[in-house]
Amino acid sequence: MTRQSPSFGRVDQIMVEERAATFTKRSIKTESKLQGLRLAFSMLDLTTLEGRDTPGKVMTLCHKAMHPAPERYGVGPVAAVCVYPKLVPAAKAFLRGSTVKVAAVATYFPSGQSSMKTKMEDTRVALQAGADEIDMVIDRAAFLRGEYGRVHDEIAAVKELCGDVHLKVILETGELITYDNVRAASMVAMQAGADFIKTSTGKVSPAATLPVTLVMLDAIREFFFATGRRIGMKPAGGIRTAKQALQYLVMVNETLGDDWLTPDMFRLGASTLANDILLQIAKSVDGRYQSGDYFSLP
Amino acid sequence: MSKKRPAKKTAFTTGVAVLAPPTHGELIPQRDRVLRFGGRWNYSPAPEVHTDVKVHPRYELFIGGKFVKPSSGKYFPSINPATEKQLSEVALGNAADVDRAVKAARRAYEKTWGKMPGRERAKYLFRIARLLQEKIRDLAVLESLDGGKTIRESRNIDLPLVAAHFFYHAGWADKLDYAFPGRKPQPLGVAGQIIPWNFPLLMAAWKLAPALACGNTCVLKPAETTSITAMHLAEILAEADLPEGVVNIVTGFGDTGAAIVNHPDIDKLAFTGSTEVGKLIAKSVAGTRKKLTLELGGKAANIICEDAPIDQAIEGIIQGIYFNQGHVCCAGSRLFVQESVVEPVIRRLRNRLNVLRVGDPLDKNTDIGAINSRQQLDKIREMVDSGKKEGAELFQPACRLPSKGYYYAPSFFTGVTDSHRIAQEEIFGPVLSVMTFRTPEEALERANNTPYGLSAGVWTDKGSKVFKLATKLRAGVVWAETYNKFDPASPFGGYKESGFGREGGKQGLLAYLRLG
Repeated sequence: MTRQSPSFGRVDQIMVEERAATFTKRSIKTESKLQGLRLAFSMLDLTTLEGRDTPGKVMTLCHKAMHPAPERYGVGPVAAVCVYPKLVPAAKAFLRGSTVKVAAVATYFPSGQSSMKTKMEDTRVALQAGADEIDMVIDRAAFLRGEYGRVHDEIAAVKELCGDVHLKVILETGELITYDNVRAASMVAMQAGADFIKTSTGKVSPAATLPVTLVMLDAIREFFFATGRRIGMKPAGGIRTAKQALQYLVMVNETLGDDWLTPDMFRLGASTLANDILLQIAKSVDGRYQSGDYFSLP
Repeated sequence: MSKKRPAKKTAFTTGVAVLAPPTHGELIPQRDRVLRFGGRWNYSPAPEVHTDVKVHPRYELFIGGKFVKPSSGKYFPSINPATEKQLSEVALGNAADVDRAVKAARRAYEKTWGKMPGRERAKYLFRIARLLQEKIRDLAVLESLDGGKTIRESRNIDLPLVAAHFFYHAGWADKLDYAFPGRKPQPLGVAGQIIPWNFPLLMAAWKLAPALACGNTCVLKPAETTSITAMHLAEILAEADLPEGVVNIVTGFGDTGAAIVNHPDIDKLAFTGSTEVGKLIAKSVAGTRKKLTLELGGKAANIICEDAPIDQAIEGIIQGIYFNQGHVCCAGSRLFVQESVVEPVIRRLRNRLNVLRVGDPLDKNTDIGAINSRQQLDKIREMVDSGKKEGAELFQPACRLPSKGYYYAPSFFTGVTDSHRIAQEEIFGPVLSVMTFRTPEEALERANNTPYGLSAGVWTDKGSKVFKLATKLRAGVVWAETYNKFDPASPFGGYKESGFGREGGKQGLLAYLRLG
C-alpha cells in the first residue's frame, strides 16, 4: 500500500498543551469533589494485565470491583474489570449477577506484532469465554508507515467479529510521536468501527496524558458532528491519583459535556487509582484521612 | 437497533468525508447533534480566601516618599465592580498636588537618582521585584477586588508579569552603556506617566520599571477606578527604601492627568489609554520640549485560515477576545475566518462559550469576571445595541449573571461587515465580531483597513503563510498560532492611531533615554 496523506485536521502542540493545562487549574471542592470522585470511581476499568495473573488474583480484583468500600461511603461498583483473554472465564464467574463488565485485551496485546490470523484467534478466545468488551491494539508499525488502510481494515475485521460486543481501540499514543498522528489514528479507528478509543496499553511510557486525551476528545466531537455517532473515550495508564482523575473529568465536562460524562461513554483504565479515590471519598465523608491500610489492595 | 455491520474493506483514501459512514452505535439525527453542558456535574463555589488581605479605608497620595493628604482635602470612592459596593476612598489630587509631586521628582532626579550608578539603581529594582514576588497573592486579591478581573488571571498572569518587568529592567540598569554601541545613553529627567484601568499594576510596572532603570524619576497617575493597587505598590517602594521622590503617585480623574501633561517641568510623558485622550495629549504637548510615547486603542484582526489547527485556533480566539473581560487594547476583536471553515468555527465557538464561567472574580473557577465600571458596561451595551440595530446576529451563551455587580456575558456577532460600527470601533468588552474571507490577500487588506494597528493574530499550519501575512500586517505585534502573550523582553506598541513608542525589550528603553 502506498503512503496516504489524509486531511484529518491538524493539532498545534503548544496550544493543545496549554489548553490541557487549564483543566488542571479548576478548583474542585466540597460537594462537587465528592460527586466527581464517585463518578470517576463508577467509570473505572479496574485492570490487571500481568504475566503472573492467576484466577486468584482476578477473584480479588472482581470482589473489589463489586464491593469497593463500606456502604456509608456511597460508592457503587466500577464499570468493568480488564484482564487477559485466558482469565475471562474466571472473571465472568466471579462477577456473575453484578453490573460489572468483563473487558479482555486482545489482538496480540500489547504489541500487536503478529499475523492477522493470530489476532483474530486471540479475539475469538476472549469472545467465546464471554467477554463483554474487547480492548484491541492497533498495528502501530503499519500506522507509522502510513498504511492507514491496513489499520482501518484490521479494526473493521475485529469489529465484525465482535458484533454487539463493545470494541475499544487502543492507539498506544506513546508510540505515535505527534498529536497529528493521534488525531489521525483516532479518526481511522472511529471510522473503522471503534465504540471507544483508548490511549494506551499501560505498557508504554508515556501512557495517558491530558493533552493526548484532549486531542482524542476533540476528534470524537468532530466525528460526532460529522456522522451522528457518539464514540466513547478511555484514557488508560499513568492516572494514579484522585486529583488526576478529577482533571480528566473536568476536561470531559468542558469539552464533550453531559452526554459523555457517564460510564457508558467515558472510562478510566487504572488499578492503583481506585484506592486513592476511595481514600479521598472517605476523607470527604469522615472529615479526616484514613491510613491506606484500611483499603484492600486491588 | 441493529448492530450487524458488513465488513468494510475499503482502502482508506482521503479523510472522513469520503468514507462510508460507520454503522455501529446509535445514530443521532442532524438536528439533535448538540453538546450539552452543566447538567451532570457542576463545580461548587471555590472562593479565594481573602480575609487576611487588608484594604485600607482610605488611600492618600504618595509624594516625596511620604503618604500625604491631598491639598483639596477631598476623596473619591473606589467601587468593587463585582458587588457595586464601595471598597475604599482615594485621595483626589489636583494641580497643586501634581506640582508638589513634580518638584519632589525633580529634586530626587538631581540629588540622588539621576546621579546614581546603574548598578546601584539595579539593586533597588531587584529588591522591588523580589518584594512584589513575595506579595503576589495579596496584590492579586486586591487587583481583583478593585478592578473586577478574575483571580485566575490576576494571580497567574498580571502579577507574575509585574515582577518579571522589574526583574528584566533591573538587569538593564547597569548595561545601558553597552546597549547602543557608540552612544552614551542619558536619562531624560522627570517622567509623567498616565495609565489605564485594564491592567492597573502591570501598566504601572511597564511604565515605572524602564523609567527607573534608565535613571529617570516618575510622577504616576493611576486610573480613577483602579487606584488602590498602585498605592500598595507605593508601600512596596517605600519598603524597598527607594530614595524619596523617585516615584510619586497622584490619584485622581482626568483633570489630574491634564495637570501632569501640562506641567512645564515634565521632560517626558508616557500615556496608555484611549486614542481620543491620546490625541488630546499629543496636541497639548506639541511645540514643547516634552518627549512623548503613546499606547492607545486597537481593533485587532485575528485571522483563521482554513488550514489552521481549528480546535487550538478556537482557544486563540477565546484568549484573544475574552481575556480580561475583553478590556485589552490588543484584543482580537475582529475575527476573520476563511469561508470553508466558518461553520465548524462558529459551532465550536458556541460550545466553547457555553463552558465559560462568568461571575465572582474571586472564585478560582471564574473565567470572566466583572466589567470594570458602570460607565464601561453602558458603553458595551450601547455598542452591542448598535450591532443588533445594524442587523448583525448576536450569540450569547445561556449563563446566569450575578444580580449585583457589573457583568456582561461573553458574546459574538455573526453577519458582520467591515462597515458595521462593531467592526470599526473599539468596544473594550467581551464582544467579538466574526467576518469571513475568501483569500489570504483579502484578509490582509481588510485586516489593515482600520485606523488602528496595535496587534494581529494569524492561524495556519503553513509556516510560509505565517511569515507572508505577518510581514504585511500593519500592526505592532503579530501573534502566530497564539494570542495575548506578553514578555518583558518583547517590545509592545502600535502603528497608526494605536500610538508610537515601544514598551519592553531594548527598544522600550529608548522611550526613557537620550542617546548622547
